[in-house]
Amino acid sequence: MLKNPKVCILRSAGTNCDQETAAAFSLAGGAPELLHINSLVSANRQLDDFHILALPGGFSYGDDVASGKIFANELRFKLAEALRKFIADGKLIIGICNGFQILVKSGFLPGSPARSKEELNQETSLILNDSAKFEARWVYLKPGGRCVWTKGLKKIIYLPVAHGEGKFVVQDKNVLNRLKKNNQIVFEYCDAQGQPGGYPVNPNGSLENIAGITDPTGRILGLMPHPERHLLPAHHPRKDQIKFKQEGDGLQIFKNGVKYVKENF
Amino acid sequence: MQYKIEVVDKPGIFDAVGQGVSRDIADLGINGVKDVKFIQVYILDGDLAQGQVTSICQELLIDKVAQDYKILPEGSLPAAKSSQHVVEVAYNPGVMDPVEASVLKGIKDLGIGGVGSVKTAKKYIISGKLSAAQLRTISDKLLYNKLIQHIVNPQITESGIKQLPAYNFNLVTVDLLNASDRRLLEISKRGQLFLNLNEMRQIRDYFRKLKRNPTDCELETVAQTWSEHCYHKTFRGNITYKEKSATPCLGNMAIKNLLKSTIMKVTRELDKSWCVSVFKDNAGVIKFDRKNNICFKVETHNHPSALEPFGGANTGIGGVIRDAMGTGLGAKPILNSDIFCFAPVDLPFSKVPSGALHPKRVMKGVVSGVRDYGNKMGIPTVNGAVLFHENFAGNPLVYCGTAGIIPKDKSFKQTNQGDLAVVVGGATGRDGIHGATFSSGELTHESETVSSGAVQIGNPIQEKKVLDTILQARDQNLYSAITDCGAGGLSSAIGEMGAELGARVYLDKVPLKYSGLSYMEIWISESQERMVLSVPPKNIDKLISVFANENVQATVIGEFTGTKRLELYYQDELVCDLDMQFLHEGIPQIAKQAEYIQVKHHEPKIARKKDYTGDLLKLLGHLDICSKEWVVRQYDHEVQGGSIIKPLVGIKNDGPSDASVTKPLFDSNKGIIISNGINFRFGFIDPYWMAAGCIDEALRQIISVGGALKEVAILDNFCWGNPDKPDRLGALVRAAFGCYDTAKAYGVPFISGKDSFYNEFSVRGKSTPIPGTLLISAISVMDDVNKAVSMYAKEPGNLIYVLGNTRDELGGSHYYDLHKSIGNQVPKVYPQESLALFTALSKASEKGLVKSIHDCSDGGLAVALAEMAFSGGLGMQVFLQEVPYVKSPGISNESILFSESNSRFVVEVEKARQKDFEKQLKGRPFGLVGCLTAKADFRVHGLDGKICVDADVSKLKEAWRAPLRW
Repeated sequence: MLKNPKVCILRSAGTNCDQETAAAFSLAGGAPELLHINSLVSANRQLDDFHILALPGGFSYGDDVASGKIFANELRFKLAEALRKFIADGKLIIGICNGFQILVKSGFLPGSPARSKEELNQETSLILNDSAKFEARWVYLKPGGRCVWTKGLKKIIYLPVAHGEGKFVVQDKNVLNRLKKNNQIVFEYCDAQGQPGGYPVNPNGSLENIAGITDPTGRILGLMPHPERHLLPAHHPRKDQIKFKQEGDGLQIFKNGVKYVKENF
Repeated sequence: MQYKIEVVDKPGIFDAVGQGVSRDIADLGINGVKDVKFIQVYILDGDLAQGQVTSICQELLIDKVAQDYKILPEGSLPAAKSSQHVVEVAYNPGVMDPVEASVLKGIKDLGIGGVGSVKTAKKYIISGKLSAAQLRTISDKLLYNKLIQHIVNPQITESGIKQLPAYNFNLVTVDLLNASDRRLLEISKRGQLFLNLNEMRQIRDYFRKLKRNPTDCELETVAQTWSEHCYHKTFRGNITYKEKSATPCLGNMAIKNLLKSTIMKVTRELDKSWCVSVFKDNAGVIKFDRKNNICFKVETHNHPSALEPFGGANTGIGGVIRDAMGTGLGAKPILNSDIFCFAPVDLPFSKVPSGALHPKRVMKGVVSGVRDYGNKMGIPTVNGAVLFHENFAGNPLVYCGTAGIIPKDKSFKQTNQGDLAVVVGGATGRDGIHGATFSSGELTHESETVSSGAVQIGNPIQEKKVLDTILQARDQNLYSAITDCGAGGLSSAIGEMGAELGARVYLDKVPLKYSGLSYMEIWISESQERMVLSVPPKNIDKLISVFANENVQATVIGEFTGTKRLELYYQDELVCDLDMQFLHEGIPQIAKQAEYIQVKHHEPKIARKKDYTGDLLKLLGHLDICSKEWVVRQYDHEVQGGSIIKPLVGIKNDGPSDASVTKPLFDSNKGIIISNGINFRFGFIDPYWMAAGCIDEALRQIISVGGALKEVAILDNFCWGNPDKPDRLGALVRAAFGCYDTAKAYGVPFISGKDSFYNEFSVRGKSTPIPGTLLISAISVMDDVNKAVSMYAKEPGNLIYVLGNTRDELGGSHYYDLHKSIGNQVPKVYPQESLALFTALSKASEKGLVKSIHDCSDGGLAVALAEMAFSGGLGMQVFLQEVPYVKSPGISNESILFSESNSRFVVEVEKARQKDFEKQLKGRPFGLVGCLTAKADFRVHGLDGKICVDADVSKLKEAWRAPLRW
């Protein structure tokens, strides 16, 4: 069994959740390393050296044009081959907030089983919130679907969101049907009781309350909420009212990724 | 060839921007609009094949799932329907368009060359019946700001990116040698130097000795260095102070250096070992743990925010973040704090002074500006306040603060002889010329035309790149000193760094955004996102590559010489040669007159009533007191993963926190508490007690979240009117002495501060000053964040205590403001009494004896109790007879409920802890006033035992949430 799964925390101009994402993987038993995308593009470093690729939150390239768009194009046009191999090797990817936007806009999510053969194609998107503004708030999420990253999560988890462009939309009904059929919807916004609701339970107007999806292999996760901001019980906004907990709700997600690599590599 | 591309949402996609504009139009009172459609426009200039343009559109500019695009042939006129109005807004030439660099990069990533430049524009298609005048109102008030943008005229094909003319060197000198006094003043005024006659004479005499006239660059450099903004003439000058009938009586005084006599004196006398660096660097520095220090600085950006709220606030926060980055050898920013003062957002348009923007637009712009920069930098905004008064209509206040963490061994800098001067970050353009001197004069209705150059737009991603790379270069020990380019640009950065040694700079080496800048413009430009480093020559290649690896420009522009002169060259021509000593110490001593006469305000006679429920509801809806959730939610307060006590807390995460607690390190439970005290209303009665109250408020908020007084440092930020007017300056002197007495009594040192003067707005000669406003920001280290306490009610059955004496002190209260009065009984501070109370309460929370604590401030006890109850979603029973108060004829239900006496808290305690808690508080003023109930009634029994406030907590909460729920 592998001891220290290597995690590439990939950053670019405007990435800003890299250090807490690295801290989350450290706490989960991984060996994270912050890497600027220039090092991969220039081939100074190889994606191959890592087991997990994490795309952290932030405002890559200032959200100019659209959130995640320019970073997504770098993946599509400069690193597609390396990424395809990474995925084909059975390795893991997580994209949080801006990272989710990047995965969706580059077409790695929701992805298709035949990915290695076809062009990367964007089928879903994350667009401006219905409130037309950036908002930071805590949300309840109902985990579901089939995904390596979400094993053993509680029925409802509590994480903060902080974004302006998080409204999940699809190209057409077929895409949505496929996501459902393949169990690719892994997080849905809900209230404290697990019931769906309007704003602000669903903070951005996402289609069918979708907060996170996975690819058909269940190894690539993208989500708008920030699990790396709820690692400790002290992060909880009502920490002194909840029953004693060992850890924050977000940590299990990182532990799942690390455990999977340990068991499979 | 130029290509104009329009990107529009697909049918069926909710156009959130358009809908937002529709709502804002309705807010203007214009009702004929049916729909607004938003279109993003890109204008590409370059040689491209049609296929390349198509692939730029498809692969880069649109979101295939949600958007379509159109490529408009050059010169084509939009075919608008008669019921549609098209407004297209573009940036003025020379204004930085932050999107340009990103799009150029995106195009390059597609493998497409040949694009020279990219411009963006925003297009609004407004459907509905509108008159030309209404359309103009919508454009002027909502869609653009003429200082930085213009409306594209569809009849004229924009030549797009106008080529700015090239610059031909021409050395300009100013004839001072033969100038009369009148001429000297004229030169100062025309050049926007804001120097007085004495100062102009001093400069003339210096050059008479040299037997030559100064160059324009030399004169500017002196003006920048001697400006109020950079030199703080008022605080450092001589003041003759007189006062009449004030308590406490300060007496008439001759003050030599107000700063050293008050603010800095506290620090010197207290001499705390944990103060690492005070009043020296870009921020004050205190000890955090064995390996790290923390720095804290608060700045103002009032005048730019008045003219262009988004850009002003944007660059305000960008600037103070650079202060942290420029402290020691560079701190990592870990949190922001933002405090604003505006005119009431419902001010009728008729009351908005000519030349000023409506306060609602100012507020929306300022909040967006801070949101944009703070969020994109990835720095959590954890603390703040927003206050309102009509006299901020022409001159709002925008305070931005940043704290950073810095390794102990990187906390000091030392430029060495022979070091290279390196400018890092953004290129230099015409932005913000004259910012430093502009902020040293009053705003007038003409400021928007005269000083438009002072307005800037920030590029937070540029600054984030600079931050990421600077921290790497710092940790590799590649440079010896660093400072930020703020007001005065390179002029003050190099001037400061080279003050001891002297410096030589080759201005033609400074990277420019576009051609056409003169040597002087390069020197004083305040283009954002630039830092200056002093670098030992042996490290230069390594340093440049650290920056280049992440696409940041680092350029050697000169060296620190040891000649003790400031020498500037442009293409081998000497354009400035000044003695550093003259520059930094040659300013003539300023002598100012100050006079303080205590004003006697009308004492309101409000009939006593049985039921104060209505007053409480009104107070909760007072703009100062009501929920600021609309603001707070737009700031990312969780980024960096260290947020413990958040700005909004409670059963629904929407109650008002007192102070913030942040855990900056992943492997330590140590925390940082940030709070602020601000209350200009007390200053209407006596600035001395305003200052005392501000310090008390900041400190009691620290106590409220579980902190202690043992290691608290404070910052002062004075925003004041024209200090050349004796009454304004008199009030300032009293406030400064209030700071000294109170901080000294509490044992808390000042570590940094800032002043902003000339906050007056004059329309055709009639000048209105802002209310003299002092912001006290406090920072403290907390040993264990797990002991942090929040303000909302936790558990039915728990006991409610009030700590600290209530006095008949309704003067300056929000309750009196509701009754359009000020009164005279201003709340005072009694440090002997409160210091012991603060200590006892912090011990109680350290021992885990309390469930929640809420500071009692704006609106008094009634508001504090109500906020605690409704934030927890619980009811509360309170008996005023049990509230500790100082007996006097004025004590009544009214004064106990609404008096804003200092040093008070509301505390929730479990019954099981009652004995321990009361033992801890023994000898201090406290009273067990009631308890929490599951039934959501908020009920207060008056001194006679009869109910004087009775309301459902949800009703109270709604009154509090409604006013700013936009």
